[in-house]
Amino acid sequence: MRNAIIKLLLIIAAVLLIGWANRHYDSYTLSILNNIGIFAILALSYNLINGVTGQFSLEPNGFVAIGAYFTALFLLPADAKTDMFALVDPAPLVLSMHAGFIPAVISGGIAAMFIALLLSFPVFRVRGDYLAIVTLGFGFIIRIFALNNPAYTNGAMGLNDIPSTADFLWIGITALITFVVMLHIVYSRYGRAMKAVRDDEDAATAMGINTFKIKTIAFMTSAFFEGVGGGLLASFLTTITPDQFSFLLTFQLLIIIVLGGLGSMSGTLLATILVMGSMEWLRFLDDDMVIFGWHTGAHPGMRMVVFSILLIIMMLFARKGLFGDKELPELLREKFRKKGEQ
Amino acid sequence: MDLSIFLQQLVNGTSLGSMYALIAIGYTMVYGVLRLINFAHGDIMMVGAFVTYFVYQTSGSFTLAVLAGILASVLVGVLTDKIAYKPLRDAPKISLLITAIGISFFLENLFNVLFGGVPRAFKAPEMLTKVLHWGSIYLPVTVIIIPIVTVTILIAVLWVLYRTKYGMAIRALAFDIPTVKLMGVNADTIIALVFALGSALAAVGGVFYAVSYPSIDPLMGVIVGLKAFAAAVLGGIGSVTGAVLGGFILGFTEIMVVAVFPELGGYKDAFAFFFLILVLLFRPTGIMGEDLERSRF
Amino acid sequence: MSEPLLEVRNVTMKFGGVTAIDDLSFKVEKGQIYGLIGPNGAGKTTIFNIITGNYLPTEGQILFDGQDITGTKPHKVVDKGIARTFQNIRLFKSMTVLENVLIGFHDRIRYSYLEAILRFPRFHTYERRIRAEAMGLLEEFGIASFADTNATALSYGNQRKVEIARALATQPRLLLLDEPAAGMNPIETEDLSRIIHKIKADYDLTVLLIEHDMKFVNAMCDRVTVLDYGEKIFEGPPAEAIVDERVISAYLGEFSNA
Repeated sequence: MRNAIIKLLLIIAAVLLIGWANRHYDSYTLSILNNIGIFAILALSYNLINGVTGQFSLEPNGFVAIGAYFTALFLLPADAKTDMFALVDPAPLVLSMHAGFIPAVISGGIAAMFIALLLSFPVFRVRGDYLAIVTLGFGFIIRIFALNNPAYTNGAMGLNDIPSTADFLWIGITALITFVVMLHIVYSRYGRAMKAVRDDEDAATAMGINTFKIKTIAFMTSAFFEGVGGGLLASFLTTITPDQFSFLLTFQLLIIIVLGGLGSMSGTLLATILVMGSMEWLRFLDDDMVIFGWHTGAHPGMRMVVFSILLIIMMLFARKGLFGDKELPELLREKFRKKGEQ
Repeated sequence: MDLSIFLQQLVNGTSLGSMYALIAIGYTMVYGVLRLINFAHGDIMMVGAFVTYFVYQTSGSFTLAVLAGILASVLVGVLTDKIAYKPLRDAPKISLLITAIGISFFLENLFNVLFGGVPRAFKAPEMLTKVLHWGSIYLPVTVIIIPIVTVTILIAVLWVLYRTKYGMAIRALAFDIPTVKLMGVNADTIIALVFALGSALAAVGGVFYAVSYPSIDPLMGVIVGLKAFAAAVLGGIGSVTGAVLGGFILGFTEIMVVAVFPELGGYKDAFAFFFLILVLLFRPTGIMGEDLERSRF
Repeated sequence: MSEPLLEVRNVTMKFGGVTAIDDLSFKVEKGQIYGLIGPNGAGKTTIFNIITGNYLPTEGQILFDGQDITGTKPHKVVDKGIARTFQNIRLFKSMTVLENVLIGFHDRIRYSYLEAILRFPRFHTYERRIRAEAMGLLEEFGIASFADTNATALSYGNQRKVEIARALATQPRLLLLDEPAAGMNPIETEDLSRIIHKIKADYDLTVLLIEHDMKFVNAMCDRVTVLDYGEKIFEGPPAEAIVDERVISAYLGEFSNA
């Protein structure tokens, strides 16, 4: 009971804080906050399949793309689509798609979830790490499809002037909901089963757990929130193109969940802020630098070299990241218990 | 499709299949001994192609350039294993996979920073770029040379795997590491050998790719790597002959489907993916594969 | 004679060209503690993996409570009432002792995914109930004080207890124990046999255990089957097994090889 009250108070405080930030801050700060919020949604859900369930997956960019395109097509009015589609006329289906903001964003989530269900059959019925390679491939296939079906996606030109409904109130609260939902999953029989699958698949089966079903549930849940995150992203950016959803997006999320700790949702939240912050801060690495009067020249991609080295070093020397697979309250409790014993 | 076009496409398919086969062998051997999808394998191929390009530009000797390319790939492959994979042999599998993707992304971005992302035209020696024609059949010399070289290399690899002590150790390792340790063979040496051999073949594949395409860029290994992995799964992951077979099947299918249905040309790069999905759905052990994943209690 | 709870009928298992189990049959009656013994590599664990559905036998059937369960998926076999432990204890290493046992309740909890996400009352009802039950199990095994300790931090003997408690949480009618006494000291072994007898009585269990140690088997089992190279060489009371010539020579063969 006491825990429930604390939880409720924390949620109310978070909502108030989000609302206050949304009114108070200027548009530059808010755009950073929006980025952090969207990446938090994506990283939290990505951690469910990778960290909690232990199934290495490289899907986010694909599912974010699906969510973004679905939401954008639902949000754009029919005449805007007709004007925008330069290569071919929009397909009748595309013209008939129209919905309010919430259904549009949720439709993106559902579409991604459905694809995740389809991908589950080839990858989870067999042992081996096929999820990783199939999802990696899927990220590329999505792009090929977007480019080859201009009647649905406007090809390489992408979609513009998407109504920008998603402000920090929407994004922040969705991130909060994602966080709470993920914790509720982790602390339930489903979350326990996911961890069991991660720790020892054979032993999990011997406990009566249908591992195929549990992996599929985790994957579909991740996909849903990644689709929703993609929808918010589309509305926040107002412009999307196929090239935006490259593997770089997935890689950033991978860094975040590894730093936060595979399996730790509170760690992921903290790591999102740290990584997004340092991505901004390290922007100078990509620019021309002057070291002792010597120009390095602009090096787009230098940050990613640094981040990939960082990822490898973390894997080799600090595999647990910030919080391991524990949540913050558990870590604090352990710490206090150890102090008590001394 | 008339016969001459069919023949022409057959040769093209063989040539493309050769490249996939050469790269697929590395995937399948590493998977066999470590159960690891080596995401960096395609990028190791890219390194080989880049080094070949630069050495050929500066020295003018294509043979020297190819040898340097092979050496560079072998070096990167073996070092990757030593530095990044070996310390994680007893770690959870996911750590190894994350490290592999880290290496892959590192190589792609490093080459992007060093040499830029714009594709460079790969100018091969003239004797390779000539086009022969009989009647209505036009064939670049490369599409004939590539399969011949590939088959020669493959025979050599199979000989190593089935007729030498090291080859047998590799195959033994693919089934059970502890047994090999008992046999007095150093597993780490064998694993290094697998990386060296796989990387060398990938470099050759990379050069073929660069010559026929004919251009190179830091991301060239991504799609080709994905396709070669699909070929390895199609053939049966862990099986070298399977990887070769899978590579040729994939090469033929790509060429033939586009020849028969030109409107599907835009989806050329997606075929491998659907192959992968179909194989996993209906025959996860592939054409030649043994069930490597049966749980051991 | 009472009904057999488990019947292994003419089971043969071949891996590639190697025959691991050759035409094996035996019946375990309700309420028995049945021993499956034999030297290393005799195929004992293979039989467990066939009963639990991890392997599909090349030939033959497994009948549980009169029902053919050959080829049933492993997690469904658990639903039918067969639980197992592993030879080399396999606890969930990131979890506490209590969480390990809670996993055993997985199939007995009936709240849905949405009910869990939205924290419906049913979620709380079930969670409270299984936590109490799990603590009860831990108390019975005398390890309740370790409930919040990471499972792998426990002593070997206690880890074995957690594994058995976890298996019991699935409410089995047949419990398969794979070398439960392996790696235990004499005091722990005695403690273990006391516990096995107790849970057998308390939970109305039938036990099929694999063992290597003849002394332990002699003290525990009502009946044994002795395997050697996948073939049954003896079936009967354990007291007769230890004087049987074929059994002795199978074991001696092992010692002289070792």
